[in-house]
Amino acid sequence: MDQYILNLIFVGATFALYIGIAIWARAGSTSEFYAAGRGVHPVTNGMATAADWMSAASFISMAGLIAFTGYDNSSFLMGWTGGYVLLALLLAPYLRKFGKFTVPEFIGDRFYSPTARMVAVLCLIVASVTYVIGQMTGVGVAFSRFLEVDNSTGLFIGAAVVFAYAVFGGMKGVTYTQVAQYCVLITAYTIPAIFISLQLTGNPIPGLGLFSEYSPGGEASGLYLLEKLDLVVADLGFASYTEHHANTLNMVLFTLSLMIGTAGLPHVIIRFFTVPKVADARWSAGWALVFIALLYLTAPAVGAMARMNIIDTIYNNGVSEEPIEYAARPDWMKNWEVTGLLKFEDKNGDGRIQFYNDKSEAFAAQAAERGWAGSELSVNRDILVLANPEIARLPGWVIALVAAGGLAAALSTAAGLLLAISSSVSHDLFKGQLTPNISEKGELMTARVSMAVAIAVATYLGLNPPGFAAQTVALAFGLAAASIFPALMMGIFSTRINNKGAVAGMTVGLLVTLVYIFLHKGWFFIPGTNTFTDADPLLLSIKSTSFGAVGAMLNFATAYFVSHATEDTPDEIKELVESVRVPRGAGAAAADH
Amino acid sequence: MQNETRETKKMEIASEAQGTSDKGSYWASNIRLVKWCLVIWALCSFGFGIILRPLLSGIEIGGADLGFWFAQQGSILVFLALIFFYAWRMNALDREHGVDEE
Repeated sequence: MDQYILNLIFVGATFALYIGIAIWARAGSTSEFYAAGRGVHPVTNGMATAADWMSAASFISMAGLIAFTGYDNSSFLMGWTGGYVLLALLLAPYLRKFGKFTVPEFIGDRFYSPTARMVAVLCLIVASVTYVIGQMTGVGVAFSRFLEVDNSTGLFIGAAVVFAYAVFGGMKGVTYTQVAQYCVLITAYTIPAIFISLQLTGNPIPGLGLFSEYSPGGEASGLYLLEKLDLVVADLGFASYTEHHANTLNMVLFTLSLMIGTAGLPHVIIRFFTVPKVADARWSAGWALVFIALLYLTAPAVGAMARMNIIDTIYNNGVSEEPIEYAARPDWMKNWEVTGLLKFEDKNGDGRIQFYNDKSEAFAAQAAERGWAGSELSVNRDILVLANPEIARLPGWVIALVAAGGLAAALSTAAGLLLAISSSVSHDLFKGQLTPNISEKGELMTARVSMAVAIAVATYLGLNPPGFAAQTVALAFGLAAASIFPALMMGIFSTRINNKGAVAGMTVGLLVTLVYIFLHKGWFFIPGTNTFTDADPLLLSIKSTSFGAVGAMLNFATAYFVSHATEDTPDEIKELVESVRVPRGAGAAAADH
Repeated sequence: MQNETRETKKMEIASEAQGTSDKGSYWASNIRLVKWCLVIWALCSFGFGIILRPLLSGIEIGGADLGFWFAQQGSILVFLALIFFYAWRMNALDREHGVDEE
């Protein structure tokens, strides 16, 4: 069957499944619709959280970034899982005990200040919009490939689908839809990985295959996969896969930013507000990480094996021989050329695809000797996971399954973020502050308009994104890390931090981080307006993606000094903090209406 | 739910042995536990995975070294163990100090 039709069937079937479940669950229990998660077992809640959490960045983009860089991009793996430790130990149980529905509500109450609540709303919007830009990048890649159109058209179609999906809305609240989305995306990620791991190492578990012997087609090579990969990439002038090349300070700060950001992102935190008990909030974080780890333990294997397969495809007679002819290129290259995300330029005019590191000075002599005039293939990192089953020549249904999985990951998170943005604009900003007497209809209208504005902005910026999907998302994490996490943590672990300290801390954290990012990525992410580049950053070796950790430290320090220079917190706030620290007496979560 | 009742019984036995204490000591034990967990959290990710990787370079694991494994997979497994350990320990502490949800 034609691949295009097969893709349509798989994507269509999974969408029908989500909508079917949403309708079934809605009909079953309308009253529980808004209280998704309450009365739901921690394991189920964990699975739904994992679906909410793993977006285009984790599914489509991350393994590609690891594949082309190797060890240095391990930060994504540690950062996006390590944050759950912070979440489970420092935030989740206490926010559950507090028993409100949104993050700005907690910050507004704990710091007894509507201003603090407004600043929190602002932080939330800035971080979420940046996050959506990254999602749109991923959505564009997925749609362009699966509808066989160029990347910009794919992005516009994707934006329309995301908008419809988010407005259809309530669907997001149904935990079981998310459970289905999780099942689709994890199957879609794992099945091709198992096939490829079997092909390359004979080990059916990709995570173990990564550390197994390289034995393509069952022939033992006497080398481990990683050893073989290091040799092959070195022969093409690339930096070795397993060694540490990146700046250590930057790598530590980047990992830390992703971790703190994970614990500061509102759409994840919200899930812990609604579990039945404080004890369950602790278990839920663990279960969420179990389901996330299933993908994250596989991702490094997907990356390494895809890198191996790409080089093997291009140099089908080994890297010391000449690469394949352009005319004889495999179908997956033709397919991805349509999207414009994979490009070939015959620089030395020999009709063959030379793919090597033309930035390496040490390799330049060898390249010249072989008659190579520059690397002729450019591969967008974000296509790797989606192209992976095609590269490994897996059956058509696996390719279609991966397309469905990528869309599930991108759409669920994008829709969730849009809902988070719209509810904070309509509920926290308009109803809570600007126009308290707004009618329910007006509130809904505001929500829709803000959603449309957010997606328009994200689509426009997604056309020229500040980086690959996972890198843009990393910026969003930096912003959340610098603004929201410190305020939440100090709100729970200190009784001394007062309203002025919290507002000053959040403002400094957000502004300094935002300015640092804009200086490197362009003002409001508009290309060409940047003063510095991440290759040569303003401060030491700290790239804009890593600055969130510095912003968080500034936030903590500012809040500490301002609070100690101003009056103590009132007694009732001290009592509130004391009560949040103790699980006993936690009622059901209640919205502040 | 069945799991929970079984666990409640286990914890009740524990709380009889310990007796109930005040909220202050409950919070202090929590902070102590959090600190130790975070030390392990940082040691396995930032430590073994990045900064201390050269120290572990002698230990080989499937074509790479132990530090590479920690950075790509090991730290994730440690994070999982930490969260479950903390949840189990804290839920027990809640009961020992009589601050669990009835």
